[in-house]
Amino acid sequence: MRFRFKTDYEQDIRLAKHGGHQFWYGALMVALLLAPWVIPEYWLAQLTFVLIYSIAGLGLMLLAGFTGLFSLGHAAFLGVGAYTEAVLTNAGLPFPLALSCAAGLSAAVGLVVGLPALRVRGIYLGMATLAFGFIVEEGLARWDSVTGGNSGIQIKAPEIVGTTLSSGTQFYFLCLLITILATLAILNILRSPTGRAFVAIRDSEISAQSMGIHLARYKTLSFALSAALAGIAGALYAHKLQFISPDQFNILQSIDLLLMIVIGGLGSVHGAFLGAIFLIAMPQAISIFKDYLPDTIGQAPGLQSVVYGSVLVAFVLFEPMGLYGRWLKVRTYLETFPFYRKGMFKRQKSFQKSDRLR
Amino acid sequence: MSTVLLSANQLSVRFGGVLAVKEVSFEVRAGEVFTLIGPNGAGKTTVFNLISRIYNPTSGTIDYAGPQGMLRLTDQPPHAVAALGIARTFQNIELFEFATVLQNLLIGRHTQRRSNFWQDLFFTPSVRAVELEARQKAEEVIEFLELQHYRDSLVAGLPYGVRKVVEMARALCAQPRLILLDEPSSGLNVEETDDMAFWIQDICQELGVTILMVEHDMSLVSKVSDRVLAMNQGEILALGTSREVQSDPGVIEAYLGSVSDVSSLRRPVVRSGSHP
Amino acid sequence: MIQFFQMTLSGISQGCIYGLIALGFVLIYKATETVSFAQGELMMMGAFGGLAAMTWLGLPYWLAVLSAIAAMTLFGVILERVVIRPILGQPAFSVVMLTIGIGYVARGLITMLPNIGTETHVLPVPYKDEIWKAAGLVINVEQVVVIGATAVLCALLFALFRYSKLGIAMQAASQNQLAAYYMGIPVRGLNGVAWGLAAAVAAIAGLLLAPITFVHANMGLIGLKAFPAAVVGGFGSLPGAIVGGLIIGIIESLSGFYLPDGFKDIAAYVVVLLMLVIKPNGLFGEKLRKKV
Repeated sequence: MRFRFKTDYEQDIRLAKHGGHQFWYGALMVALLLAPWVIPEYWLAQLTFVLIYSIAGLGLMLLAGFTGLFSLGHAAFLGVGAYTEAVLTNAGLPFPLALSCAAGLSAAVGLVVGLPALRVRGIYLGMATLAFGFIVEEGLARWDSVTGGNSGIQIKAPEIVGTTLSSGTQFYFLCLLITILATLAILNILRSPTGRAFVAIRDSEISAQSMGIHLARYKTLSFALSAALAGIAGALYAHKLQFISPDQFNILQSIDLLLMIVIGGLGSVHGAFLGAIFLIAMPQAISIFKDYLPDTIGQAPGLQSVVYGSVLVAFVLFEPMGLYGRWLKVRTYLETFPFYRKGMFKRQKSFQKSDRLR
Repeated sequence: MSTVLLSANQLSVRFGGVLAVKEVSFEVRAGEVFTLIGPNGAGKTTVFNLISRIYNPTSGTIDYAGPQGMLRLTDQPPHAVAALGIARTFQNIELFEFATVLQNLLIGRHTQRRSNFWQDLFFTPSVRAVELEARQKAEEVIEFLELQHYRDSLVAGLPYGVRKVVEMARALCAQPRLILLDEPSSGLNVEETDDMAFWIQDICQELGVTILMVEHDMSLVSKVSDRVLAMNQGEILALGTSREVQSDPGVIEAYLGSVSDVSSLRRPVVRSGSHP
Repeated sequence: MIQFFQMTLSGISQGCIYGLIALGFVLIYKATETVSFAQGELMMMGAFGGLAAMTWLGLPYWLAVLSAIAAMTLFGVILERVVIRPILGQPAFSVVMLTIGIGYVARGLITMLPNIGTETHVLPVPYKDEIWKAAGLVINVEQVVVIGATAVLCALLFALFRYSKLGIAMQAASQNQLAAYYMGIPVRGLNGVAWGLAAAVAAIAGLLLAPITFVHANMGLIGLKAFPAAVVGGFGSLPGAIVGGLIIGIIESLSGFYLPDGFKDIAAYVVVLLMLVIKPNGLFGEKLRKKV
């Protein structure tokens, strides 16, 4: 059993809270840095996708998991970022500038999408974001002159300080760097008053107001920040695929992002990463196992839908805390062995009382 | 003669067809414990919600002696109330369920923050310094209310009595000049209510915070209140010291009940020997 | 002018379909305050059920319709019992994700049926392709049937909720579950009834829509347009769902005709955004404010 003996308030503020943290995250960093020389190129590309989706996941986790504002059209921000990056890079802008513009424009769109959040809540907000998602997708398809419409556009490789990053390994390190910066940014926010204000808004808006939290400002901020991260992810996504079209940013992509954070574990930073790993690994796993199944099942077009749906249902039913929650339980079991009690993570049963009455 | 901290003038609020608060006027003086009593539905919590600016009054105003002088509280938005030095607890506990007690208290310190979003993003040394100071202050409140044991527990799993204390702790963390306590002793047993009485007196005398509270427990009211206001059906019944209000016939009729009522309910004593 | 009426009529008919699916959403929301994204897929399953009853089992039209509705009702009840009930304490968002998952599974399973899932089928209804001509208008009987059936269904549901014990009990359970338990109302059973009813309504919508759009696995995506309908009407209001559906259907139909390409697809969403700006709780919605 591990006991943390705290002697200083600093220990609760630090990011790596104890020796174990420092060791394991350090090892992770080393593994990620050595990856290009250890794993085959195909898997490196998949790892790059995991990083890209993690960035988007971090944004959505901040919005939905930590501020409690559910966005059903998040792929729209991904699309805005991707197209901005595509247009600007093709026009010759260097990568850092194009990326900043992509993030900025996505943040601005996020601000606009967040405006309904100031007046409506819950399912109504979900509908508003869903509506925005469809409108943006349609807009991207119709604005032929800039976006190339439904036929999509190709993107040139990113250029930093004069050098063009054209190889998979170079791009991987770029994504890794941006992912680390994004993660640090989110972690910083969460341990500061801004992050706590977000959590307050999630748990009790009236209470948060009474504590002096300006609801409109923080909700808008959450949307803008979340959209900016999605925009950055979209930009990297565009460079990775080298070709984008509007139907890559439709409702299915939005649901994929939500699936990612729910399965990963709502309300935790780890959840974004675990969810991204799941999202990228699942199709690979399906295509590997397909060969072991009888043809009628294995080759059927609906198999991926069924697997995705079943996994989602299974997680919500049996592991609502997601992959990260399951990991916490395993870790607690190992840490407190043999004193692990069955009901340790059990939530109190709550009776549903309508929030609708005035 | 101490100064007036808060004054409500002819406050009325109407919800649809119901007039919940009817031309209520009262003054709260700095440094006192002012209690609102009355039956359920009298409008006491509604008055609190008016002060917190969660509701808008249909007519009437509230004036408050803010840090920069008297101002019209009814013109302020809800999130400005805490910055003016008014903190509150809620009747049905509005804590942040999925955060720890410590995080709840730190959120309570929101009005004391001195950093903006960009500084938070990069977690500059000034943010770190403010964080440490906030932690220090939160710990002082924890020690004051003896919550050390629960510091890192999620609120969702805590017993009711502890949650009430955490609510009060969170309100104290805002370093208020006026604190609104909505039924602080409801759900507490005798020992906890005694503790609560001591804490209320300490908050008032040691920390110098003015207390406006809603309470049903008459012994607690008698013990700590300087002045009491009795309400019924949105109107004022009586205002005065605890003893004056508790002996007011209108208040007894509407709320407290008279002693003789109880004796008529007493069952006759059965003499031994008359049993079959 | 004729065109205008023509478009409006087809808009009303389409709007009835949206309204029926939205009705299912609202039924479930009123009963359990959860939003079910699986209504579209339930509609699709109802249509396939009707198809199976009519072509495989060779049942006559009315018998096939009734059996399909009955089967879907049963499916709805079972779904609630097995999948929804265990998660009722959880945050609303988790439930939404669960229903999305159910939708995926349903769509995937139907698609996996060899030869049937990937094809588009025609539903053999007796009034197929029939046309009435009145006052210069060419009226598609299929559309009239949709409108008529919706009206009848609404009347039945109104009677159910207003006058029957079951309806009142359902409303009570939706407002305060704990109090309903105390009053002896079998709350869990009622949740099952609500889901069964919603599934039945979805099945009816599917059987009505099938002659117009044919039966195929992606039929359920219409459900995404029914959401704006429910929001416009005000989530929590049954008549609102139908009214919202009609509004969206008519506006969509007219914008497809009078506005440039592409507006038809997003008409529903523009309407819902406007509604959220003007009247955030929908036309008949209740004000959402927590009482502290």
